[in-house]
Amino acid sequence: MIRVTRSAVIDAPIERVWALLRDFNSHTAWHPVVAESQIEGGEPSDQIGCVRRFTLRDGNRIREQLLSLSDRDHVSTYCILDASVPLRRYVATLQLKRVTDGERTFWHWQSTFDAPPGRERELAEMVGTEVYEGGFEGLRAYLRRARPAPARGAASGRTLAAGSPMPAQGVVVSAFGGPEVLRHQALPAPSPGPGEVRIRQTAVGVNYIDVYVRSGAYRMIEPPAVPGMEAAGVVVDVGERVAHLLPGDRVAYACAPPGAYVSVRTMPADQVVVLPDDVDEETAAALMLKGMTAAYLLHRTHRVRAGETVLVHAAAGGVGLFLCQWAHALGAQVIGTVSSDEKARLARASGCELPLVAQDYRFAAAVRAATNGRGADVIYDGLGRAAMAENLDALALCGHWVSYGQASGPLPSIEPEALSARSTTLTRPVLFHYTAERAALNEIARQTFEALRTRILRVELRHRYPLAAAAEAHRDLEGRRTTGPLVLLP
Amino acid sequence: MSSVIEAPADAVWAQIRDFNGLPKWTPFVAESRIEGGMAPDTVGCVRNFRLRDGGVIREQLLTLSDYDFQCTYSILESPMGVDNYVATLKLTPVTDGGRTFAEWSAEFDCAPEREGELAQQIGQGVFQAGFDSLKAMFRR
Repeated sequence: MIRVTRSAVIDAPIERVWALLRDFNSHTAWHPVVAESQIEGGEPSDQIGCVRRFTLRDGNRIREQLLSLSDRDHVSTYCILDASVPLRRYVATLQLKRVTDGERTFWHWQSTFDAPPGRERELAEMVGTEVYEGGFEGLRAYLRRARPAPARGAASGRTLAAGSPMPAQGVVVSAFGGPEVLRHQALPAPSPGPGEVRIRQTAVGVNYIDVYVRSGAYRMIEPPAVPGMEAAGVVVDVGERVAHLLPGDRVAYACAPPGAYVSVRTMPADQVVVLPDDVDEETAAALMLKGMTAAYLLHRTHRVRAGETVLVHAAAGGVGLFLCQWAHALGAQVIGTVSSDEKARLARASGCELPLVAQDYRFAAAVRAATNGRGADVIYDGLGRAAMAENLDALALCGHWVSYGQASGPLPSIEPEALSARSTTLTRPVLFHYTAERAALNEIARQTFEALRTRILRVELRHRYPLAAAAEAHRDLEGRRTTGPLVLLP
Repeated sequence: MSSVIEAPADAVWAQIRDFNGLPKWTPFVAESRIEGGMAPDTVGCVRNFRLRDGGVIREQLLTLSDYDFQCTYSILESPMGVDNYVATLKLTPVTDGGRTFAEWSAEFDCAPEREGELAQQIGQGVFQAGFDSLKAMFRR
């Protein structure tokens, strides 16, 4: 008996590779030696027992039967029924395994067979080199190829000439200022370069950071330039060296630099994640930035444990509500600060046991009273300057002050000695640092989608605007006329 | 956890099969000895090692296969608060490029609320950290 084993590492996630390999008739698309192939009797190509009849480029003909398929173990087994090459009792097993550090896949391909005397070496070489190694290379080339977008991605229905910019619209900050500086105009999206992806966006998230970018409070753009940190849509095409996305994929992102207020965006692919089937694009656009922020704050910056007391400032805000919902689900006692009774009701409905209506940034005494004098184990602070002194007072011994935003103004410099009064830890985290590595981004995104699926996070989307009405969305957001997320629809 | 190491499997295995060799290739083990003077490739031997953070762990070698490039071991004593901990470390040659596919997994019992924390601590803090130093050791 002859045994042939070959293995390789493919630079693509296991889901992508398995989606191809589990289809017993997909080899015509990616295997360079397969000329044509069909499944006999019109059976589905993942039906156990189905037979593929195919012709090789050298004219040989082979019939193979699918013997087993496991979506759990990513294994497929098949045998040759008859072939014009003398491979007898040929049974092959193909298995994929996930490379967990990096989005790669280990592919193991092995077979046993008998061959006519004297031809063993020749046939083993043919199977190992032409079929298996050729298959590895063919699949790699297939994944690299940027194919035209499928119909669902191309609203215009026209095929785009390779390399040409795509007609699109966007909203531009014409100069730093109020909502009136936002101008809607044509903004063609260039063809993606190496490492880039072009996305036809279907929903764009609006965040308060966009207001700071527009006004010039955060100098993240130089006008004229496009604001916006997050969106979802469908991949049109990808540039070279992009393995984790394919045309037609539903995707989303939340990342710097700004530029999301457009109908079609060309951008670096490494911050773009594929959406699970059960997350729609509007929800994703409303969720990514705020949801992933809550995810890393609660699981990475400070690992919230059951029984801890968590103080959430602006508890009825976009991130605040998510923090309350998730910290409550983790078993923490959640205290919040809000600016009105209406917001207190919202926070309470999201798991905040004690919403403090504190318009003057006085809350430390109430927090101490609610914790038998102990104070909060962790404070999630999006307020900044105005809450600084009270934060230090509201913390328990060895507590953690997480300053992730500065709605009331930037924090002044702080003396290390101010932290020694209670052995306080101060962290000043930024989402984009936690998501800079793709593996970490994927994990944080996965955790966020999982929290949505299990209803820990609840997205109630009430405010939708046409992309051209971005100025109106900003007016409503700044005028505090909205509750919950806002999205723009290109 | 799994990773790809840029060296042939037999070279990587030479490091891993030494059950007393953790201080040589992991960043977190300060010192290690085999109890009772047994050889470190005797199945059943116990390694007693001290972590850089001071914790002491005793682990017993359950299987060692030079044929499959695989070893299995259990924790006898540790400060981690896990029961019935059995881990497997396995290498598979990647024929394309002479590299190694490494898999390291563990099963254990613990208090339900500590599952996530321990999985993270063991997965990232032990297995991934071990892979990272093997990768650095064999960097081409």
